[in-house]
Amino acid sequence: MKDIVEIRWHGRGGQGAKTACLLLADVAFSSGKYVQGFPEYGPERMGAPITAYNRISKERCTVHSNIYQPDYVIVVDETLLSAVDVTKGLKESGAIIINSEKTPGELRHLLRGYQGQVYTIDARRISEETLGRYFPNTPMLAAAVKVSNVVDADHFIKDMEESFRHKFGSRTNIIEGNMKALKKSLEEVCCG
Amino acid sequence: MARNDRMSGNEAVAYAMKQINPDVMGAFPITPSTEIPQYFSTYVANGEVDTEFVAVESEHSAMSTCMAAQAAGGRAITATSSAGMALMWEMLYVTASARLPVTMALVNRALTGPININNDHSDSMGARDSGWIQLYAETNQEAYDNFVQAMPIGENKEVRLPVMVCQDGFITSHAVENIELLDDEIVKNFVGEYEPEHYLLKKENPLAVGPYDISNYYMEHKKQQAEAMKNAKPVILEVARRFAEISGRSYGFFEAFEMEDAEVALVLIGSSAGTAKETVKQLRKEGKKVGLVKIRVFRPFPMEELAETLNGVKAVAVMDKAESFSACGGPLFAEVRSALYDLENRPKTINYVYGLGGRDICVEDFAMIYDQLFEIGRTGDAGEVYRHIGQREQEV
Amino acid sequence: MIKKASEINETTPWQEMTVGGEIYEGGTSALFNTGDWRTMIPVYHAENCKHCMLCVPYCPDSSIPVAEGKREDFDFMHCKGCGICFKVCPFKAISFEKVGA
Repeated sequence: MKDIVEIRWHGRGGQGAKTACLLLADVAFSSGKYVQGFPEYGPERMGAPITAYNRISKERCTVHSNIYQPDYVIVVDETLLSAVDVTKGLKESGAIIINSEKTPGELRHLLRGYQGQVYTIDARRISEETLGRYFPNTPMLAAAVKVSNVVDADHFIKDMEESFRHKFGSRTNIIEGNMKALKKSLEEVCCG
Repeated sequence: MARNDRMSGNEAVAYAMKQINPDVMGAFPITPSTEIPQYFSTYVANGEVDTEFVAVESEHSAMSTCMAAQAAGGRAITATSSAGMALMWEMLYVTASARLPVTMALVNRALTGPININNDHSDSMGARDSGWIQLYAETNQEAYDNFVQAMPIGENKEVRLPVMVCQDGFITSHAVENIELLDDEIVKNFVGEYEPEHYLLKKENPLAVGPYDISNYYMEHKKQQAEAMKNAKPVILEVARRFAEISGRSYGFFEAFEMEDAEVALVLIGSSAGTAKETVKQLRKEGKKVGLVKIRVFRPFPMEELAETLNGVKAVAVMDKAESFSACGGPLFAEVRSALYDLENRPKTINYVYGLGGRDICVEDFAMIYDQLFEIGRTGDAGEVYRHIGQREQEV
Repeated sequence: MIKKASEINETTPWQEMTVGGEIYEGGTSALFNTGDWRTMIPVYHAENCKHCMLCVPYCPDSSIPVAEGKREDFDFMHCKGCGICFKVCPFKAISFEKVGA
C-alpha cells in the first residue's frame, strides 16, 4: 500500500454508501492503519446522490478537506454514472469500481474518457444469492478491499467474521450469508 | 492502559461523557450534534451511567434544566448546534452570570440563513460574549480531550464558569478517525467529584440563585465575571499540565505549529488547521518559512501569549470561519489584530473569511494564502485587509 | 466566608460581594423597610373585627399578623397601603385613610 490511499464513494441516500465507507475505515483500522471515513452531507433525502470518503494512511493524516483527486472511486449505483461526474479528479493510476452486472468494457464509454482501470461487480446478484436481499454494502466493501489492497484479503475475511459474530451473535445464517457474500465478491470483481 | 479505537467526534464526546458519568443531561436533538444525546441516552438506557437524562421540549429548556441541575448541586451537560444554541441564548447568559459551570458539547454549524446544516463557527462566535469559556478542537481526539478537561476548568472555585467544548460539525463530528481513549478510572479520577461550596440541595445552607440586580449591584457582578474569566487562564494551563500527565498529550491556549522561525503565519480555529498543517509541511520542504497558530481557547482570549508567538512574523492571515458583518473583518481577526497592536514591529495582518456553511478549504487554498503573505511581507503593503475565500466570483 | 445579605449594600466593593449575587439565607426581605412607600394607610378597628380572617390571605405583603386564631394590628414594615384588606373586610373593621391625615 502507498503511504496514503484516498477513496471516494458515490451512492444514493439509503443505499448504505456511508456505512460501507465507515466499514472500510473499520477494517483498515483493525489492520493498524490510520483512517478517516466521512460523509459529505447535503439535504438528507432517500435516493439523492451522496458522497463519502476514506483516507487510509500509515501516518495520521491531518487534512480535513474533501477528496478531489482520489486513488479509487466506488460507485454503489450504476445509474449515477450518467448523473454524476464520478471520475472527476480520479487518478489514472487508480481505478473505479462500479456495481453493475455489465462488464467494464460495456461501461467505459460512460466514464467521460477515463483511462485508468475499471472494475465491475454484480453486487445485486451476489447479495441476493447469499443474503436473499439486496444489500450492496457487503459486496462493495469486499470489492474495495480487493482492488485498493488497503488491507490484506485474508486478514479482511478473518476480521469481518469476528465483527459479524459480534454484531449478529447467534444468528448464524446472517453471519454465513455475509461471509459468503464477501468471499464471492473477492472472487468475482471483474477488471477490464 | 489507554486504548486505541476509531470513532467519530460525536461518539468520542459521548464516550467522554459516559466516563465522566454526570448527574444530569438536558438535551434536545439538532443536526449535527444529535448523535451525542443519542449515544448518551443509550448509555443511560443500558445502565452504564447514573445520569438523569431529561428529554426537554426545546433548547431553552435544555439549558434551563442544566442550569437548575447545576444550581441544585449536580453536574450537568448538554449538546447542541447552531439554531439549537441560539434558542438557549438567554439561558447561556443567565448560566454564566449565575456562575454555574455547566458543560456543553457544541457541534459547530452555520447559524441559518439561508438554512444550512453544515459547518462554520457562526453559532459559537455569536455566543462569544455570553460569558462561557470556549475550547475548540481540530480532531475527534481533541474534542474528547477538551471535554475531559472542561469540568476541572469550569468548576475551579476561582473560575466557576460554564464551558463550551466545540468541534466542527460533520467534518469532525461525523468523521471516523483513530483516537486514543483513556481508562474510565483515570478519567474519573482526573475529573473528580463536583464539590460546590453552595448548592440548593444543601439543606443546612439555604441559598437563592440568580437574583435581580439593580444598577447599584450589576456592575460589580459583571466585574466579578470578567475577573473569573481572567482567572480561567492559569487554571486552563494547570488542567492541561495535569492532563498531559495522564495522557501524554499537551495542550495550551493555542498550538504553535512550525512558528519558531516563521516569516509568515496563519491563525485559525478547528479542523481546517489540520489541512493547513499539511500545507505548512509541503512549503517547509520547499524551504519556505511558514507556520500557523491554531487557537484552542478563544474565551478567555490569550492576547499576550499570542502577541509573543507572532512577534517577529512579517505577515499574518487570520482565518475566520464566521462572518461578523462588521464590514471590516471577522471576530477572530478583531481579537488577533488587537493582540498585535502593542508590538513594536507589528506584522502586517489580513483577514480571510472562509468555509461558511460547509464550504470546503483545501491544502492548495492555504498555499495560495501563504504566497500572498510572502508578497505582503516583501512589499509591506497588505492591500485590502478584509477578504473572503472560496466563493464564486466574477473576474474583475 | 459566608457573607450575610445584611453585610452587603450599595457601598460594597465587587471583591466583597457574593459570587453571582448568591444569597445564603432565607427571609432577607425582613431587612428592607418598604413600609414608607405608602400614601394611603389601613387602620384597624378592633371593636368591629369578627376575626373572620378574610383580610389575612388577601394581603399581598403579609402585613397582618395572626396569633392564637385572632388577627392583630397591622405590621406596617412591608404594608404598601394597597387597600385590599379594606375592600374585602365585610365588617368595617378596616378603614383606609391618607397618610398623615
